[in-house]
Amino acid sequence: MADKQDIDDVTGTDTTGHEWDGIKELNNPLPRWWLWTFYGTVVWGLAYTIAYPAWPLINSATTGVLGYSTRAEVAERIAEVNAQNAELTERLASADLATLAPDDPAHRFGVAGGASVFLAHCSQCHGSGAAGVQAAGYPNLLDDAWLWGGTLEDIEYTVRHGIRNETDPDARWSEMPAFGDIMSDEEIDQTVEYVLSLSGQDHDAAMAEQGMVWFQEQCTACHGDNGEGIRELGAPTLNDAIWLYGGDRETLIETVTYSRFGVMPAWGQRLDEEEIKAVTLYLHQLGGGE
Amino acid sequence: MTQSPASPPPLYVPREPIFPRRVRGKFRTLKWWIMGVTLAIYYLTPWIRWDRGPNLPDQAVLVDLAGRRFYFLWIEIWPHEFYFVAGLLIMAGLGLFLFTSALGRVWCGYTCPQTVWTDLFILVERWIEGDRNARVRLWNADWSLNKVRLRLTKWAVWFLIAMATGGAWVFYFADAPTLARDLLSFGAPLVAYSTILILTATTFVFGGFMREQVCNYMCPWPRIQAAMMDNDTLTVAYRHWRGEPRGKHRKAKGADQLGDCVDCMACVNVCPAGIDIRDGQQMECITCALCIDACDEVMERIGKPRGLIDYLALSDEKAETKGAKPRPIWRHVLRPRTILYTAMWSLIGVALVYALFIRSDIDLTIEPVRNPQFVTLSDGAVRNTYTLRIRNLTAEDRTFRVMLTSEDILRIDVETDGQSPNHVTVPANETMQARVYVIARPQDAAADREITDLRLWVEDVETDDRAGVTTIFNGKG
Repeated sequence: MADKQDIDDVTGTDTTGHEWDGIKELNNPLPRWWLWTFYGTVVWGLAYTIAYPAWPLINSATTGVLGYSTRAEVAERIAEVNAQNAELTERLASADLATLAPDDPAHRFGVAGGASVFLAHCSQCHGSGAAGVQAAGYPNLLDDAWLWGGTLEDIEYTVRHGIRNETDPDARWSEMPAFGDIMSDEEIDQTVEYVLSLSGQDHDAAMAEQGMVWFQEQCTACHGDNGEGIRELGAPTLNDAIWLYGGDRETLIETVTYSRFGVMPAWGQRLDEEEIKAVTLYLHQLGGGE
Repeated sequence: MTQSPASPPPLYVPREPIFPRRVRGKFRTLKWWIMGVTLAIYYLTPWIRWDRGPNLPDQAVLVDLAGRRFYFLWIEIWPHEFYFVAGLLIMAGLGLFLFTSALGRVWCGYTCPQTVWTDLFILVERWIEGDRNARVRLWNADWSLNKVRLRLTKWAVWFLIAMATGGAWVFYFADAPTLARDLLSFGAPLVAYSTILILTATTFVFGGFMREQVCNYMCPWPRIQAAMMDNDTLTVAYRHWRGEPRGKHRKAKGADQLGDCVDCMACVNVCPAGIDIRDGQQMECITCALCIDACDEVMERIGKPRGLIDYLALSDEKAETKGAKPRPIWRHVLRPRTILYTAMWSLIGVALVYALFIRSDIDLTIEPVRNPQFVTLSDGAVRNTYTLRIRNLTAEDRTFRVMLTSEDILRIDVETDGQSPNHVTVPANETMQARVYVIARPQDAAADREITDLRLWVEDVETDDRAGVTTIFNGKG
């Protein structure tokens, strides 16, 4: 101890003897255990950086003597979960979807997994909510209209083989002619007026009457006598409220004149069996499944 | 710059050992009772049983972390009702403010676990090593076989208490008898053992060795509590005007000039915080009131009135110094500040009790699917999709009919697993998620309007209990 104590008058507390412009530093000493706790945390901190990845190097970082890695841990966890689900995955991959009961664990597993498959592979065109994009002709998968069928079997086939692609010989295929090469603009206008009348929209009755003649001549082979569509050919229904590219006059004229050619990849070449089954189950239960 | 001391003063100090002497008196008796009651509450509560029926646990107080439920007697708190816990915490805070502004640090002095366990540890210490003087002697003595024996015995008893303390904690989080069996057969989960280990260590160290250091350096409350106290707060204080000048030698010349304090150091010797109350209010004082008991004993013996150290408001000390009478206690306690704290405390309490009584045992939330907001169907109808969550807060499975009310005609369609239409069964004590479609036909007004308000109902098919939730329907508009 100092032989000469410097006591602050106001507080009666020792000072450290340090003074700046008349302000003295009071000495309220910390407990010694606090100091040792502080040293302890310093030692712990250093040991931690040695045990775990910490110090940055030029192209990497020290790996730590325990060899811990978050990346490896994630991989390990994924492998663990996959191993846990191996039985369900196998069951789903070999299942006949039409006879798989909705309360079967494999069914629930498929719906949950299908949502992930959809977001990863399908949402780019069909949207994350599966509502499609009408301006680009990506179909809405939530409604009750299906070009190629909405049963589990139909959906699975479409997912597996795709539509109008060059890579899968079994792809669904249909092609509407570009009627701009076949009919005059006036004839097309008249046909469109008739198509508008089929779905109960505003139309010019006189033109539609003439259009009906062209429709009977050119369109019924695929779209049916009353525009009800033919699924085997992927020919859309024209007398309902749902349009792949849009049901207004302008869009219909464009469709008839230049035709449309939407393509979907064959996912059978890219996805695993259980992924195809899963996404099929997911799509079927979104509200439109048949 | 002034002259520096020859050698700089130390910036860190070792703990000064404190050897509180045994004391008898009314506050000591009160503290024994409070210690007994609080320890009994802590150790025994998990073992109280409470029958809730076949599907629910029968432990009266249980925090079921895995099942995300909190059971307290007849009350069951779900995660969405966490505001009850928040409300209780706010009430605890306000209660602490109220008691502190009225009676100073009564929480610290009587009921704080740190105080209660330290008191218990000191009791053990006294049994094994003797009272203050014996303990001081033992502290100063060189290590001998006897000292080692006494120390080891004391630590062993402390350790057993610490282990019981850590052990009791985990019983609040699982069925106590089952967990006790598992713990003894080494089949309990690792987290139970590690929790016990950590709490055993903290109890052992905090109660045995850190003691007042926890209050002085680790706990924020001693630093905050001054804001709750004022001149009217009753706190443990020394009647300076009566005691001073203090002096031991009653028969010496000039002894008639001395005050009542005989400077016997009894108040200092019994103090678990190691302070001298005669220096005035101090941050270290936990107002355990043991110095009052110690001083009263001495005053009695020398034939002076009790209360040289007493529960006293600062304003009384001033008044008494001037020769005036102190204000009655009720006028200290009843003042705007305490009335305000009491009012706030009661208001929240009443609100919580009200909330507890009006809560339904069916709980609904609804979440409209916004991607997309609506789907057009082939006949021109507009369909909205909702995720309906039904919580069944009872111990029995319940079947509900889902219904819809709206001024416009809308149709409801609930996705179910092959049951009767629009019926869902929610298992006991569980939350179930159901997808609900609401469809407006082309001729319904809601189909073309932008937004239509609607209300969904669920009705228990057996009891006709109902619960409702409002949401909106997005049309094409």
